Amino acid sequence: MIVLDAVTKRFPGTPDPAVDSLSLTIHEGEIVVLVGPSGCGKTTTLKMINRLVEPSDGTITVAGRNILDVPSHELRRGIGYVIQQIGLFPHRTIAANIATVPTLLGWSAQVIDDRVEELAELVDLDPSMLRRYPSELSGGQRQRVGVARALAADPPVLLMDEPFGAVDPIVRARLQEELLVLQATLHKTIVLVTHDIDEAILLGDRVAILNIGGHLEQYDEPAEILRDPSNRFVADFLGSDRGIKRLSLISISDIDLDRGPVVGPEASTEEAVTVMNGYSVDWAAIVDGDQLIGWFSTEDLNGVGSVADLEPRAFVTTLDITDSLKEALDSVVSTHTSVAAVLDGDRYLGMVTTDTISEEIVQ
Amino acid sequence: MRSFAQASSTGFRWDWVGNNLDDIWDRTLEHMLLTLIAIGAGLVISLALSLVSLRWRPLYQPVTWVTGVMYTIPSLALFAFLVPITGLTITTAEIGLISYTLLILIRNIVTGIDEVPQDVIESAVGMGYTRRRRFIEIELPLALPVIVTGIRLATVTVIGLVTVTSLIGLGGLGFFILRGLQNFSSPIGTTQIIVGTALSIVLAVVVDLSLAGVERLLTPWKRRKVGV
Ligand SMILES: Nc1ncnc2c1ncn2[C@@H]1O[C@H](COP(=O)(O)OP(=O)(O)OP(=O)(O)O)[C@@H](O)[C@H]1O
Ligand SMILES: [Mg+2]
Repeated sequence: MIVLDAVTKRFPGTPDPAVDSLSLTIHEGEIVVLVGPSGCGKTTTLKMINRLVEPSDGTITVAGRNILDVPSHELRRGIGYVIQQIGLFPHRTIAANIATVPTLLGWSAQVIDDRVEELAELVDLDPSMLRRYPSELSGGQRQRVGVARALAADPPVLLMDEPFGAVDPIVRARLQEELLVLQATLHKTIVLVTHDIDEAILLGDRVAILNIGGHLEQYDEPAEILRDPSNRFVADFLGSDRGIKRLSLISISDIDLDRGPVVGPEASTEEAVTVMNGYSVDWAAIVDGDQLIGWFSTEDLNGVGSVADLEPRAFVTTLDITDSLKEALDSVVSTHTSVAAVLDGDRYLGMVTTDTISEEIVQ
Repeated sequence: MRSFAQASSTGFRWDWVGNNLDDIWDRTLEHMLLTLIAIGAGLVISLALSLVSLRWRPLYQPVTWVTGVMYTIPSLALFAFLVPITGLTITTAEIGLISYTLLILIRNIVTGIDEVPQDVIESAVGMGYTRRRRFIEIELPLALPVIVTGIRLATVTVIGLVTVTSLIGLGGLGFFILRGLQNFSSPIGTTQIIVGTALSIVLAVVVDLSLAGVERLLTPWKRRKVGV
């Protein structure tokens, strides 16, 4: 756990403090994202935690210890640090770069070698890269090395300052995904700085929205911030599409599903028409027990006595119960019927419609 | 054999070279030794002054100013000034030679360290390097190309200057140049001047290229830039 208590930083020669009496508690095993406009003090706050910037006032404790009670280099060896420019050592091989902190800690060569290989695998880096120099890697690979290097001595705390800021959006998305996968097994306490609100929402267990001077405007889980921004500044920072952003945080399993216009495989034409009229649609799905068979439209009923006689059409896309409402929205708007069927494995659960989703947005 | 005869006829005395091989070899060694001492000591002093300048930045200006003045004093004047104090000794010679290396070496060391990328420094500090270890393991190796450039420049300068120390009885290959000047109108005099000058130049070129080779060996990360 990291606790900032009324922490202030005044840089010499500047009238206003860069960070003014900021208090923040970061729980163990959580990813906390500091987000806010440029110059609001995110980097300064982060750097105070590993004493790259010395606080002018207030106290910071990491795992119950005041950071000023530990020699700064020892403190830093216990805190992983990743920066946007990565800062790999150009004169050292990738293996030696990853081994930086273990080497500083005096681990034996054999232990270090094993650890480096383990880390390369962990961050999905081809072992053949280990003998190369940083200039011989792509941006995305270098960023992986930066993360591996920060994790090398297995520090409980990780500080990351715009770690994915320098890579293109496709690589960024992949690295973000990989970080979440890593975190699911490592459970580090991570403080991550970004100015990208989408990144904050995606990665943060909790998001701290900072204003100029390090003023904490809101500190909560992303879904909660999106649902109920505490003031105008936060709402503006989230953007006018915050309702849609929130959809990515809600899983389909969180909402009640309507069963939808559904008939059994043996239903008669009349029954089918009744169901369709009940939903005011010109189609219905065929469900046998909990198995989704397919669907048909009013035209398909012409000249057939019952549903059993027609050739069911296949659903082009279906949703899984674990998908988010954002994925649901994507599916729904791309079908002409404006609905998508939800499955749990191959068990039919119900339908998501634009109405279901807009109800969630309005909430 | 024809060119041999031709050279002899235009005044170059190969027979003198043949008769004085031992002497030429000894003077070449002396030349190298005087250079080596000057560069070695110059490097130690420069490193110390650079460290001080890097640590207490305001000192950098005065340091470059003083070493800059030393660099511009004509070597003859410097020896004339030193001989009454330290005599016709190797000490006198080395004080002169060393004083010409300082400006070049200090500038290159400080510039080299300054040019180490800021993000590299930040990540080194952030991962828990102490100041001393960071300097030795990170900053110095990365500054090496610039520092070696300074050493090459200083070495070539010193190899040229060593000849002047012939005036105080040393001089390495400059000894032959001085002798040659004293026998100026004779064929032997010409030969001595040519031998002294040519070998001094060859020495400078060989040492410069060797140092370039050493730099390549010490900076393997600069060699392969495959790009991915
Ligand atoms: N070393 C310094 N000396 C003086 N002022 C500084 C220093 N470092 C930062 N500042 C100032 O402190 C304020 C906060 O800077 P900081 O780098 O923490 O912002 P940030 O939120 O990380 O911004 P960005 O998103 O642009 O990286 C800025 O006004 C900046 O100019
Ligand atoms: Mg910043």
